[in-house]
Amino acid sequence: MDSLLNAQTVLSTLDATLRVSTPLILCAMAGLFSERSGIIDISLEGKMLSAAFAAGTLAAITGSAWIALAGAIVTSILLSLLHGFACITNRGDQVVSGLAINVLASGLTIVLGIAWFSQGGQTPALASDARFMPFELPLIESIAQIPFAGPFMQSVISGHNLLVYVALFAVPITWWVVYKTRFGLQLRAVGENPLAVDTAGISVSRLRYKAVMTAGILCGIAGTYLAIAQNAAFAREMTAGQGYIALAAMIFGKWRPVPALLACLMFGFLDAVSIRLQGVALPGIGEVPVQIIQALPYVLTVVLLAGFIGKAVAPKAIGVPFVKER
Amino acid sequence: MQDKHSQGEGIRPPRSDANHSKNNPDLQDQRSAIENTEQNKTNQPLAIELRKISKRFGQVQANNNIDLQVQRGTVHGIVGENGAGKSTLMSILYGFYQADSGEILINGSPANIKNSRDAISAGIGMVHQHFMLVDTFTVLENVLLGAEQSAVLKKSADNARQALQHLSDEYQMSVPLDTLTGELPVGQQQRTEILKALYRNAEILILDEPTGVLTPQEADQLFRVLQALKERGVTIILITHKLREIMDITDNVSVLRMGEIVSTQRTADTNIAELAELMVGRKLQTQHFNKVEHPNGSNGIEVHNLTVTDDRGLTRVDNVSFEVKAGEIVGIAGVAGNGQSTLLRVLAGIEPPDSGSFIINGRTVDAQTHVNPKEMREIGVQHVPEDRLKLGLIKSFTAAESSVLGYQNRRRFNWRVFLNMRSIRAACKSLMQAFDVRPSDPKLKSASFSGGNQQKLILARELDQSPSVLLVGQPTRGVDIGAIELIHKKIIDIRDANCAVLLVSVELDEIMTLSDRIIVMFEGRIVGTVSGKDADKTTLGLMMANAMESAA
Repeated sequence: MDSLLNAQTVLSTLDATLRVSTPLILCAMAGLFSERSGIIDISLEGKMLSAAFAAGTLAAITGSAWIALAGAIVTSILLSLLHGFACITNRGDQVVSGLAINVLASGLTIVLGIAWFSQGGQTPALASDARFMPFELPLIESIAQIPFAGPFMQSVISGHNLLVYVALFAVPITWWVVYKTRFGLQLRAVGENPLAVDTAGISVSRLRYKAVMTAGILCGIAGTYLAIAQNAAFAREMTAGQGYIALAAMIFGKWRPVPALLACLMFGFLDAVSIRLQGVALPGIGEVPVQIIQALPYVLTVVLLAGFIGKAVAPKAIGVPFVKER
Repeated sequence: MQDKHSQGEGIRPPRSDANHSKNNPDLQDQRSAIENTEQNKTNQPLAIELRKISKRFGQVQANNNIDLQVQRGTVHGIVGENGAGKSTLMSILYGFYQADSGEILINGSPANIKNSRDAISAGIGMVHQHFMLVDTFTVLENVLLGAEQSAVLKKSADNARQALQHLSDEYQMSVPLDTLTGELPVGQQQRTEILKALYRNAEILILDEPTGVLTPQEADQLFRVLQALKERGVTIILITHKLREIMDITDNVSVLRMGEIVSTQRTADTNIAELAELMVGRKLQTQHFNKVEHPNGSNGIEVHNLTVTDDRGLTRVDNVSFEVKAGEIVGIAGVAGNGQSTLLRVLAGIEPPDSGSFIINGRTVDAQTHVNPKEMREIGVQHVPEDRLKLGLIKSFTAAESSVLGYQNRRRFNWRVFLNMRSIRAACKSLMQAFDVRPSDPKLKSASFSGGNQQKLILARELDQSPSVLLVGQPTRGVDIGAIELIHKKIIDIRDANCAVLLVSVELDEIMTLSDRIIVMFEGRIVGTVSGKDADKTTLGLMMANAMESAA
């Protein structure tokens, strides 16, 4: 028990929380943009996976993390456009389209990976200059001596790669865009009552395309993080359902940026704890099998979503294609 | 005020001539003189001129060669039955649909209106029948939507707040700017729509069935606002099927029938009877039904202290007691959303009551003993639901299938485990003939009938059961005048056959025409009971707004 609760353990668990939460936060913000505009986005998973593959591939070929990031974002946006073409232009079913993109991404990344690199679907391991590497924040040494805040800043906040900070900044920026800008006002309106947006003289389709493309950008960053920042290569199915968890966190946060962030951090924390708890004997219970610990975040997700979400009020027009002519 | 919300691109300068004329009585007189002489209208630029507008939806010619001239600064009424093409025409003017052919002129110059944005920049504002508001937005946000001046909202929001303050002072229509529109009463939501249009510098305001959801008093308020707008030079197009409103407020009136304009004239030169005849295309006898004053039948419905709460915990029906005797029609008046609909659903067995009880055709129902709609049907309680498309029939079913819904287990409609389609179609055919449902083709999809004919089919289905208790909700909502006649007649007939009828309607005229006794509901409570014979509109209207404490 002692080893579980000492300061170092707590700090490193929080540190891990932040690392695990990063793709969740980015995807949750992506989902928020898309769903606020009325487009259900279960293809977060597929977009993130494809972006991860693109990032891993480009980083291996060019050796540049920045080119990899750009390529990942473009890949993800292309899938967003596919989703938009199916759901906005052709008024297809949004869940089916999302599912199709996920299946496509899952299959294509493996097929192309094997064809190009012959490493069982993996991309080649990357040297550190082709990745986004952790760095210490400036001036962090000088505050390290301050009690509590100092070690917290040093161990938890500092020492991550750039994309972690991008994810953290994405939340206030999302909040600002959604609530304080023209685009945000129109975005919130189009998810609630697209007809009102149309009669106000705004193009519903264009607005929704903008929203899904924004989602594409964020998923692209999330995928890049997985492949070339958190890890040193793309591995098949490396997203492992995190896109869905992010979607759940976003819904858990009731389509609002800050609560969604908190939900992501909570899921991340559970994940980090489960890693920490492996092989540890709990008082009165004894050693818990690893499988149960690993399943814990998912079980809790289901429990929380089923029981504690309260009345989540989705954007009213979500999932409904906009049809103008009768 | 004008420069404060100049909208940049595409928005024309505010109505300077109108403001000028406001301060110049001579000019105003002169203008009304011009209005009065049809020949002179070429001198005065028309606000709107439509030339040979046609629009077709598949098989339906919604608008056919429509010519319409609306003079600036007048209130122009457009009347017509449902499906006559009024809404289509206005949707074309507002850029929602494109005309197949024809020309639109705004202030004398051709306008190419491809979408709402074009319409707005041409100075057209529209108050739709179903408000185009985002319920989760504040009034201010709703007004801002689409009229933001910059990418970041702060400054435009401040400007809009000021401009709206001016507008609501000028026209005496205050709306709380920071309240969510979804929480406002409909009257104020409508004002929000009008403010939206004015904020966008609309010189031409189109109102589509604006009074459908208002109490008579709210409607009067609206008309005062319209009058004030007109005095400031705004041109108003009023689409309605209520002829009394046309007579009260319009300067000119056009009648649409089956997609064509059949008449345009000065309102002062015509009357309700003539307009009604033009609308329907034949003479209508005004309906006067005898009222039953002292019904001597037994109680068909007896309600004791009934209370119903919804899933959000709001009390919808609040300690309500009344009875309906066999052979009388009791009408429930009230502005939509004051508990009438819930009451109807509870009596039909769709929802259980929370406390209190009612006895319907001899069966007692309270919170413990529920009688489901199927049993209700079997004990002779028939229900014509308010929302015919949700509860009355299934759009994708054929008329024959819809005509047996709820009674599909009857022996005569079945053969072993199969439905006996031949007998169902035959039964449907005879219902169609008895109720004049057109086209009388049982194989046609329910969706392809007009609202009136769908309603006649549902009414036919329920009345065919010879009910002892009939629950009717909004029997003529969205139904044209011809069908209204028949539906009213049939309801009176069933009453005369000693059925207890409970009628819920938001149309006060309908309640007054049919009811032997009228109950007024407000916020779930009964706030007054009036005998059908001495009911007058003003009293009922005040009760509906609960303005008469003594009536409670």
